[in-house]
Amino acid sequence: MSEPQDDDLPPAPTPEAPGEGAPITVAGRLSGYLRGGGIITPLLTALLAFVVGGLVVALTGKDPIETYRAIFDGTGLNWFFPWISEEDRTVAALNLQQTLIITTPLILTGLAVAFAFRCGLFNIGGQGQYLVGSYMAVWIGSSFDGMPSVLHIVLCMIGACAAGAVWGGIAGLLKATTGANEVITTIMLNWIALWVGVWLVNLNGPLQNTEQKSVPVSPDIVEGAKLPVFWGDPELQGLHIGLFVALASLLVFWVLLNRTVTGYEVRAVGFNPDAARAAGISVSRNYILVMAICGLFAGLAASLDVLGWQFRVARNDIEIGQLGFYGIAVALLGRNTAIGTFFSALLFGALLTGTSVRNLDPLVFPPELATALTSIIQGLIVLFVSADILVVYLWRLRRKIRRRGSAESEAVAA
Amino acid sequence: MTRKQFGWAAVAAGFLAFFVAVPPFTVRTPAVPIVLGLIGLFLGVWSLAGGERRWGWGGIAAAIIGMAGGIAATQSGVGNLERVVVWSALFAAMLRYATPLIFASLGGLFSERSGVINIALEGMLLTGAFFAVLGADLTGTWYLGVLIGMAAGGALALIHAIFSVSLRADQIVSGTALNFLAFGLTTYLYLNRYGAEGTPTDLPQVPDVHLPLIEDIGFVGDIFGQMNLLIWMGLALVLVTWVVVFRTPPGLRLRSAGENPLAAETAGLSVVRTRYLAVVTSGVLAGAGGAYLSIGFVHSFSQNMTVGKGFIALAALIFGRWRPGGALMAALLFGFSTALAQRLPVFSPSAATLFQALPYVLTLVAVAGLVGRSIAPAAIGRPLERS
Repeated sequence: MSEPQDDDLPPAPTPEAPGEGAPITVAGRLSGYLRGGGIITPLLTALLAFVVGGLVVALTGKDPIETYRAIFDGTGLNWFFPWISEEDRTVAALNLQQTLIITTPLILTGLAVAFAFRCGLFNIGGQGQYLVGSYMAVWIGSSFDGMPSVLHIVLCMIGACAAGAVWGGIAGLLKATTGANEVITTIMLNWIALWVGVWLVNLNGPLQNTEQKSVPVSPDIVEGAKLPVFWGDPELQGLHIGLFVALASLLVFWVLLNRTVTGYEVRAVGFNPDAARAAGISVSRNYILVMAICGLFAGLAASLDVLGWQFRVARNDIEIGQLGFYGIAVALLGRNTAIGTFFSALLFGALLTGTSVRNLDPLVFPPELATALTSIIQGLIVLFVSADILVVYLWRLRRKIRRRGSAESEAVAA
Repeated sequence: MTRKQFGWAAVAAGFLAFFVAVPPFTVRTPAVPIVLGLIGLFLGVWSLAGGERRWGWGGIAAAIIGMAGGIAATQSGVGNLERVVVWSALFAAMLRYATPLIFASLGGLFSERSGVINIALEGMLLTGAFFAVLGADLTGTWYLGVLIGMAAGGALALIHAIFSVSLRADQIVSGTALNFLAFGLTTYLYLNRYGAEGTPTDLPQVPDVHLPLIEDIGFVGDIFGQMNLLIWMGLALVLVTWVVVFRTPPGLRLRSAGENPLAAETAGLSVVRTRYLAVVTSGVLAGAGGAYLSIGFVHSFSQNMTVGKGFIALAALIFGRWRPGGALMAALLFGFSTALAQRLPVFSPSAATLFQALPYVLTLVAVAGLVGRSIAPAAIGRPLERS
């Protein structure tokens, strides 16, 4: 690891030919992509994924157009259409609240991945960081009954952030001190977090609900620790104010990355660790810091879920939860930028809500199948984004062909 | 004795400290495991002091774990011990749990030795598991099921190869994508075809191999007398992999593509073709592991039935330092810990749950270099640069 490799130092991509000379670090590749693609490629990527997902639907003998339409109706995004009836709008409002409830953690788990990417790190550990955050939030939230509400909520959030930051920080620390690949360590930490959680809430576990002895679930958080609902009925899972925390985090992310010394160092390390080191930036310090901040975002996401609408952690949720993993797709599709993360979190939030058992009309398309379809689309989006070079490559190929074509026609003319 | 041998002795002493306290010996006084553990500890420290980090730390860890296990065993009831520690059953279960890991980690070995990270092993296992069931169901024969499962794993791997070798996509992102895709696709197809009823109960199954002579030899017979065909193939595959990768010209090409692709290319070897072959091989092998899991072991398929086995296989590969023998040992160790975890609830359900995290903790320790450093092939994760 310590020996400099011949191609560890990528030539900076030239503006007119992004990706040329192929920068090989993740961040170097990313910067090429940013210049090469803009807003069009993410849209095309998502569109392509939906088309291929539609093909799967069509191949299994169902109507993809009808299916996507039903999913869209379930997302509640039709609430924004001015022409729908009052009755539809009421339903749409309920659906949109669900979409935004899911969008909230997705923004934050997306940031947890995006921030690492900007430092040239791949944080697959968002799920584990999210999980430990949720344990901490539930533990604090279900204890200290009678504490002032605001204080209790803030304490839960801080606890969850700290737990996530420690979990992410372990991977950063190992990377900084021993060079252990953060991909491997974060994967392992995910599973460790999962089993620790199962142990915590399992029957007779330390965090199991003492009033429901036979159910593997944590106790509910106390009333005072619940986040206020600002849109919709609290009894019907209305939209909680955690959304604003997530939106504020987007702003924090942007400012931290683009307007602070830390952010400058993070980006410098991400672009080229060797150059950053030569310029006097402590690469290892940045690795630890960045992974801790990533974990903090993921932990915050967990606390908003726990305090906002879940109020508890069940063994089943721990085992099948995917929100941390969706963060990878959110960050990649959003180009690891604040605004991109917001829109792709909204896309995935809508998709997850639209395909949920609760929101999708089973007469049009079975919701369980639609949930699987969401995973397929998620996989396809990540796959297509992985080949960022593909888009750039096709773009260059087109130019090359055109150039060759003109050269040939000149030759013919001569 | 060299310091390394002291380290081995320390591991052995730690093992003994546990072994004497369980059946058949079942020593009831804690003094014996304590003494043995302390001997192991001393040997480990001695080995470490001589600069033997890997075996020194390994010995110390084994001594402490062995001593703790041994003391715990002396404190629990003989009846419970005899129910939990049935060595032949434990070893048989170990082999069953280890087989998917062996297939997948050997698959990963081919891919990673050629320089392509394969974190999609999980997805390939799952794909193999589903398509083996589908194939067996459609064709009515188990061997076609296995072959279809292997082909499906290979097909998924081909996508990985196209994206990470030809399109030079980030190999980790591409692998992550394939895990999502495999999860979504198998769940979709499974629910679409089998729905709520689940897979048919009369699925063709991979047969067990009966060895009439060995079957009667007590302990050995209990383990090896009636093993599933694919377990034998998995064990054989370890040897085959070792021969192919370390003793044949194609194996040399494979490793050179992973260690120094530019030099390999200069010497006239097609790195791209080598990597394609290696990645597809990894998918085929992982597919076989999945096929064992579904139609060899549990005889059904359920959503996301691999639950992280592909990642444990990846861990076994890393823990075994990218060597077939090492991967086998790690897979057996992880298989044994699962087998033990299945039986531990007799003592304590919560301890059994935490035990499931052991493979991941060990891998974390291994990659962090605390017990000897796991060093990946030099060019792993980097696409071939051509000017």
